[in-house]
Amino acid sequence: MTANGSGLAGKAAIVGIGATEFSKDSGRTELRLATEAVKMALDDAGLAPSDVDGMVTFTMDSNDEIEIARSVGIGDLTYFSRIHHGGGAACGTVHSAAMAVATGAAEVVVTYRALNGRSWSRFGAGVQRRQPIPNADGVHYGWLVPFGLLTPAQWVAMFARRYMHAYGATSADFGTVAVADRRHAANNPNAWFYEQPITLEDHQASRWIVEPLHLLDCCQESDGAVAQIVTTVERARDLKQPPVVIAAAAQGAGRDQESMTSYYRDDMTGLPEMGVVARQLWAQSGLKTDDIRTAVLYDHFTPFVLAQLEEFGFCGRGEAKDFIAGGAIEVGGRLPVNTNGGQLGEAYVHGMNGISEGVRQVRGTSVNQVEGDGAVLVTAGTGVPTSGLILTSDN
Amino acid sequence: MSDDGGALLEKLRGLVGKPAGAPFRAWDEVNQPMIRHWCDAVGDTNPIYTDPSAAAASVHGQVVAPPTMLQAWTMRGLVPPPSEGGGAQAELMGLLDAAGFTSVVATNCEQEYERYLHLGDDLTAEQVIEDVSPEKKTGLGVGHFVTTRTEFRDQNGELVATMRFRILKFRPPEKTEPKAPRPVPPRNQDNAFFWEGVDRGELLIQRCSACGQLRHPPRPMCPNCQALEWDTVQSSGKGEVFSFIIPHYPQVPFFDYPYVVAVIALEEGTRLISNVIDIDPHAVEVGMPVEVKFVKVHDELTLPLFAPVSA
Repeated sequence: MTANGSGLAGKAAIVGIGATEFSKDSGRTELRLATEAVKMALDDAGLAPSDVDGMVTFTMDSNDEIEIARSVGIGDLTYFSRIHHGGGAACGTVHSAAMAVATGAAEVVVTYRALNGRSWSRFGAGVQRRQPIPNADGVHYGWLVPFGLLTPAQWVAMFARRYMHAYGATSADFGTVAVADRRHAANNPNAWFYEQPITLEDHQASRWIVEPLHLLDCCQESDGAVAQIVTTVERARDLKQPPVVIAAAAQGAGRDQESMTSYYRDDMTGLPEMGVVARQLWAQSGLKTDDIRTAVLYDHFTPFVLAQLEEFGFCGRGEAKDFIAGGAIEVGGRLPVNTNGGQLGEAYVHGMNGISEGVRQVRGTSVNQVEGDGAVLVTAGTGVPTSGLILTSDN
Repeated sequence: MSDDGGALLEKLRGLVGKPAGAPFRAWDEVNQPMIRHWCDAVGDTNPIYTDPSAAAASVHGQVVAPPTMLQAWTMRGLVPPPSEGGGAQAELMGLLDAAGFTSVVATNCEQEYERYLHLGDDLTAEQVIEDVSPEKKTGLGVGHFVTTRTEFRDQNGELVATMRFRILKFRPPEKTEPKAPRPVPPRNQDNAFFWEGVDRGELLIQRCSACGQLRHPPRPMCPNCQALEWDTVQSSGKGEVFSFIIPHYPQVPFFDYPYVVAVIALEEGTRLISNVIDIDPHAVEVGMPVEVKFVKVHDELTLPLFAPVSA
């Protein structure tokens, strides 16, 4: 791999963020949630719908960009794209938007994700009802489903067991992540688990979802929508909010990659695809781990937060359990992680709410603001082809 | 028998010998119109029941009621009157309902007749609980047989007939969806060999014909040398548990919980996803030696599952 996206560094900025409330039953359509979040993001940026000429979302999103454009009153579009691989798409939408504005394909790009991930369907229910079609996707699930390997929690648990075996990590180490997330959520009025911190004992006492994962290792299923507005750094300087510069943006898929079940690589304890992202982010931004003030690390399930810290080089292989101990990933610690409460504590909006928290940290408006002017790292879905961002202020 | 079945049976049997309810006196005397309707309904044309002159010429010397009509005289109607309450029958049924034996079916009835009934006979029925069986497994479900004995007496208090009536009070089977079968994996030109091998009881691994590298899951091209040609080798079926999980939630209908899903490392070097069976899920460990067992999980699906290597 020689490409590192260096042509992208510092070209684009996030200038607006919007979000609906996060709930278990929004009482309205995913399309309406999407339109609300997009309009709020535009208002936050001080832009009008007519300023938008690009839109990017997930392949998993049910809301076509043209449906949202019609509703919100967005006019002509010169750029639209979709990113695949579930939550791995999150930072990929901003990456795509940044490439669009950096190349002039568009000037103001909306990134969004809206889902009734609890009320319309149970997002965590997995693939038990897959139709047996002999295309590559059907054949892939044909290796899992007959054996009862059906849900995201189960797919991740298989990694977690091997990781525990290889490095001596324990369920309590995973619980350390949950405790940090919930401490941060407890201070965030927009979090589902506002004012509901947990202890490690709570984590250990919560029921098994799939051994070795407890209930409190698993993110929520949420209803909600999140949107961001991306434009050039030049235009950003004329807008309402201080620019949040995309110092680096990258996607990554690893060798012998599967979606959630990359069990056939020699080592089954890492996230090589996140390593692909990490190497690009460091190269593009010229930054290193010590420059990162706080990180939003994708946390659909706690074990992969440990593996991400290792892939980015915050610690060595298998050393994350020691790195995170003693409050190191809580506010006031060495690297506060998921200051919005993460997807365990705030909401599961497929990683998009984490990008907005990264923006707030750069702006200095997080409810759990981490002091300093260092960069903010944001990552997307783990276990799948993924993506990441490094965000900085405009200095 | 369920854990508390013994205590229940003791309570039920405490009611044996007690009156099922208050004695019930027939609403009507034995009478010609009801007999005529009965005979008409069942197609009985014997003149001793309906023709006074033929009956007078018979051994009875008068019209008699069909013996099997016995129960009809003391029936309380389609909508029974409000219960007088307090009878052992109501108590018995209440106990059984509360224990989940909510369904009822009549199983058999025996009647003994002391004499023919004549027009004008005025009957009273007295019912007692005669027997309650232990919990029995039946085709309908688990339940208790309850036998009552009813004595029918005439206007002089004389016994004219006895009836034993047996019912089964049972727990209705839970209305479960038929257990969904494990989904059958789709087959195409890339992977059919694997499942056809499994159908024959062989665990096959794809092998590149050009460079010899083994690969699983199957793919059309060798990632090592890009050759499209391949053949297979048969695995010994021996390997070890590389990683494993024990699912609990959400539950799907085609598994009994908990079960074990594992990544199995075969001794040939490839890995595959399977279940570990024939062992307590919590006794499974990473590194445990296992060997393949071909299990026909339903008519359309055989799977290569793995069991601990017997010592």
